[in-house]
Amino acid sequence: MTPYRRRRVRNFVVMGLSIAATVIGLGWLALILGALVWEAFLGLSLSVFTEMTPPPGASGGLLNPIVGSLIMTVIAVVIGTPLGMLAGTYMAEYGRHSRLTQVVRFINDILLSAPSIVVGLFVYEIMVYQVGHFSALAGAVALAVIVVPVVVRTTEDMLVLVPDTLREACVSIGMPRARMISHVCYRAARAGLITGVLLAVARISGETAPLLFTALNNQFFSLDLNAPMASLPVVIFQFALSPYKEWQALAWIGALIITFGVLALSIAARALGTKETVL
Amino acid sequence: MTMAENTTPLTGPTVVHRAPLPDGPRDEKISVRNLNFFYGDTKALKNVNVPLYSGHVTAFIGPSGCGKSTFLRVLNRIYDLYPRQRAEGVVLLDNENILNPSLDLNLLRARVGMVFQKPTPFPMSIYENIAFGIRLYENLSKADLDARVESALRRAALWDEVKDKLGANGLSLSGGQQQRLCIARTVAVKPEVILLDEPCSALDPIATAKIEELIDELKSDYTIAIVTHNMQQAARVSDYTAFMFLGELVEFGPTTKIFTSPSERRTQDYITGRFG
Repeated sequence: MTPYRRRRVRNFVVMGLSIAATVIGLGWLALILGALVWEAFLGLSLSVFTEMTPPPGASGGLLNPIVGSLIMTVIAVVIGTPLGMLAGTYMAEYGRHSRLTQVVRFINDILLSAPSIVVGLFVYEIMVYQVGHFSALAGAVALAVIVVPVVVRTTEDMLVLVPDTLREACVSIGMPRARMISHVCYRAARAGLITGVLLAVARISGETAPLLFTALNNQFFSLDLNAPMASLPVVIFQFALSPYKEWQALAWIGALIITFGVLALSIAARALGTKETVL
Repeated sequence: MTMAENTTPLTGPTVVHRAPLPDGPRDEKISVRNLNFFYGDTKALKNVNVPLYSGHVTAFIGPSGCGKSTFLRVLNRIYDLYPRQRAEGVVLLDNENILNPSLDLNLLRARVGMVFQKPTPFPMSIYENIAFGIRLYENLSKADLDARVESALRRAALWDEVKDKLGANGLSLSGGQQQRLCIARTVAVKPEVILLDEPCSALDPIATAKIEELIDELKSDYTIAIVTHNMQQAARVSDYTAFMFLGELVEFGPTTKIFTSPSERRTQDYITGRFG
């Protein structure tokens, strides 16, 4: 066999293996989405969005967990994004060569991959145990703890990608550093920064463990941050494990809502990421 | 000398036809004395002494890595952005040592502007690219600001090309236009000295010609230092030329003299293309 022919054969084999791997990977994804849509689609109706979670045997909807998830996600992002952005900004702009940045980056990476149940237990200890009851605020804080490392990471990465030549250009007309960061660097990295926040939202919208220990659940509609609050992941957890048909159907629908919510966010993040940008 | 003499010989030979420089005392805008520069432990500039004369263009030529850009980056202390870079010696700007650690760097850089090798427009509109720098140090009415933006763009010979799309993103311009935008941005903050670090190396000959014309126009109001790899360009635009080699300033003098009868053998070798 000539070397050229041997290369052709090897190429053919590797290409075949790659295609097979792709098909298997995407196949599972398609099966999961297919099962989700198949199971949930029939039960989908307007009452899902207008009625509360029902007692066993009755019909109802998912209004309280949907609202609860939205509230806690928004608070978590409001708490976590500024913290993460400021830390990431320090690491990329002020302390790029400092020892502190290396330490913070290392700890942040640990936090990024920490099991979320640990985060739940931590917030349970400091917020739930101390006051003696579960609360939506504790749930939001637990989610914020998950948001922070994602935002720190993307903020630092995106700002480091802003070319130094742009910073030099700012500095060369006498622009103070704070002005440079807020008006030029953030702007140049805008798409990436927003993508980071959207990724963090996608990450927390499916988290169950931290909420089980903090916001718990609520059968009723509640906007009280100091009381337990329902959320989609926890309701799915509870309803899917139950023996009641109506609850199981609602769990499928809840899963569908989360999945498509995250899908929409990912598409938005992708669209922003590929829009014209300096990077 | 007239404009035409200065700007037409684009493709011409290196021979310089320009009026002799006026005799008598010249005003030293910047005086560099015993300047040494270090990247970590590497010495990049060795005991450099050179003046920059007010209202004149000084070109810095020499092979790659000889310290030309490093030298320019000392004059507005932009090297301060990076750790482990330091300068020793004295650099006087109007008799004030700018290497003084307590100097306000933002004010220094507002007086000593810089244009870089690659165009670096800010990620904002053409108008904002210019106005942003002006607003840093001046409080102008909308009308005054508009006038300043227009005059800066006119000085950079860009106004006619962009006057109908001032709201467009600066990044949407062509490379040559972006570079002229950067020059306009630098001119707009009214610095006293302009440093040009190979401003034409990414540009085509037409854009290069426009920028060379511009340099010639600007020098009546500013003190200009330009680093260039292109010896014809140095000969065309500068009044004085400094030849650098391996971190040393080998020779400094009027451009006509450097290019016709240099006193150093190494200068002669470089400008005749024997090395570099």
